Amino acid sequence: MDLPTLLQILDSTVRLSTPLLLACLAGLYSERAGIFDIGLEGKMLAAAFLSGAVAYATGSAWLGLMAGVGASLFLSLIHGVASITFRGNQLISGVAINFLAAGITVVIAQSWFGQGGRTPQLSGDARFEPITLPFADALREVPVIGPVYFELISGHTSLVYIAILFVPLTWALLYRTRFGLRLRAVGENPASVDTAGVSVIRLRYIAVVICGVLCGFAGTYLATALQAGFVKDMSAGRGFIALAALIFAKWRPWQALYACLLFGFLQAMSLRPDVLENTLGFKVNAQLLDALPYILTVVILAGFVGKAVPPRAGGAPYVKER
Amino acid sequence: MSELPKWAEIVLVPLISLLLAALLSALIILAIGENPVEALQIMITGALGSTYGWGYTLYYATNFMFTGLAVAVAFHARLFNIGGEGQATLGGLGVALVCIHIPWPHWSLALLAAVGGAAFFGAAWAAIPAYLQAKRGSHIVITTIMFNFIAAAVLNYLLIGALKPKGSMEPATAKFPEPTHLPSFQDMFSTTETILFRGAPANVSFFVAVLACVAVWILIWHTRLGYEIRAFGQSETAAKYAGISPTKIIMITMMISGGLAGMMAVNNVMGEAERLILGSVEGAGFIGIAVALMGRSHPFGVFVAAILFGFLYQGGAELALWTGIPRELIVVIQALVILFTGALDNMVRMPLAKLFAALKRSPRAEA
Repeated sequence: MDLPTLLQILDSTVRLSTPLLLACLAGLYSERAGIFDIGLEGKMLAAAFLSGAVAYATGSAWLGLMAGVGASLFLSLIHGVASITFRGNQLISGVAINFLAAGITVVIAQSWFGQGGRTPQLSGDARFEPITLPFADALREVPVIGPVYFELISGHTSLVYIAILFVPLTWALLYRTRFGLRLRAVGENPASVDTAGVSVIRLRYIAVVICGVLCGFAGTYLATALQAGFVKDMSAGRGFIALAALIFAKWRPWQALYACLLFGFLQAMSLRPDVLENTLGFKVNAQLLDALPYILTVVILAGFVGKAVPPRAGGAPYVKER
Repeated sequence: MSELPKWAEIVLVPLISLLLAALLSALIILAIGENPVEALQIMITGALGSTYGWGYTLYYATNFMFTGLAVAVAFHARLFNIGGEGQATLGGLGVALVCIHIPWPHWSLALLAAVGGAAFFGAAWAAIPAYLQAKRGSHIVITTIMFNFIAAAVLNYLLIGALKPKGSMEPATAKFPEPTHLPSFQDMFSTTETILFRGAPANVSFFVAVLACVAVWILIWHTRLGYEIRAFGQSETAAKYAGISPTKIIMITMMISGGLAGMMAVNNVMGEAERLILGSVEGAGFIGIAVALMGRSHPFGVFVAAILFGFLYQGGAELALWTGIPRELIVVIQALVILFTGALDNMVRMPLAKLFAALKRSPRAEA
């Protein structure tokens, strides 16, 4: 494989990893606080639709982002009300949210745009445009470093850089602040947090809200940066791959980045079977590549390669002692 | 929280949840500028107004009975089998292998073997997550979700490779041979003068599904195994004390569940398509969740809820045909039913419990 091809693949790895990373970090906040969230997929999809629709109507990608975050937050709050306030089953609530999004996005899109459940193509300012980092053009001719900087590091949309920034931010928030300590504690042993006089309900709602915001970013990225507009079912299982990445990363932020890059790389490779065949010398099955994130996750979950232990209080509603 | 009377728990809570879902759906229909009353009329005429409509309604209901029973059986052991989709996909593979590779003299024998093949493949696909849950503690919800995707990849791989007939470009198996074709309702109930269920896909596997409902009812409430499954679901520690092996219960329950989900393929693959195509399950595995929740995990409840969802599916198709309301509205209704009956049921139950407590108190207060 030559350098340009490698850079091309790594470049698309970054682009395909971004929505996974945003959704994965979203899930991380929620699950670390003890709220299982299998509704990442639905929240992304809802955000993708509303961001695409608003970006089309207003011509502004940033307004689209706000709308996307709003749609995702709305579903997040349903999940919060169901699983925190009414102590319902978090998994079932997640399933419901996925279907709600899958259905309602098409129903509304058809009613608003009449194009078979999609938004019109976005162009210009309605999309997030690639940013050229400083000196990228000047350094382009420098061997190796130049193309790497120009192709791989520069030239992504702002959402990509925001997503990557969220990783150290999340790490610092979780491990270096009082809030982070409490958030992790509420997912492991909510009773102890309650004893310390901190509201479990409040902390969990905050986590669910953060999760909603990040899923909103992820969905917006799909419709306004990765592609130009919303199409039916465009999240295409990414929410579940993000969930897989979260387990793969054992609910830790830096590892989440690596897992998402790995899964993004697999997606990038399955788009380029020719490159894979030339490099490895034999044909790799495309279905195997598609299924690999899921297979790897099952292997990790089974504890054959390091054990993934979820937050202890995950999935259980908190009932205050009386 | 005070207890509800049993009849309220079984009838009132699902009914109110359904009404809430219907009300919200009506608001959505209004919001997109259509008339909800008219929509309901179209759905009723389209799904129940003719034997043709019933033929589709019962066809869908057959699918949902199998997947609903699958989820319900697992619920009794407090296991959430979200993998019905994958298990039904693999069940289709079982049906295809049985139908293509064995020359059957008569459809009845082929049906028996196909039920077996479908159940075997579905059960085997559920057995792996079950084993991982029982022995390695891997969360069954996550593993079954992952297995849905893996099943889709496996089927995709086989349908563009080994199972595809030579020279065909389509990712599908060859048409199953003539003797494996199941009698449809049209074949069974039409007379020479009047043709009923013309062209509708409902077929003899509807009765297999009804039998499965009865079998699950006997299993859960009238066998030792069913007792053990329910005991395990109520309390794992208590079940262990009673000498019930958690590994055994998890494995057996999940395999029964997976087998039931797999058996759905007898209806859609053998009865309707008469060949195995990509994505033939069409989300029925997930609708099973709504059906089981709505039916309160009771086989009779599942039967009723499956017919209701069959009605919604056929009605939804008619809506998409005659109005500007896309078929996806049904997915919204399904989501709302899952939300209200499964996740927000306390929201329905709490005010009801208060109401019943107040009703109980008032006569005594007057006396």
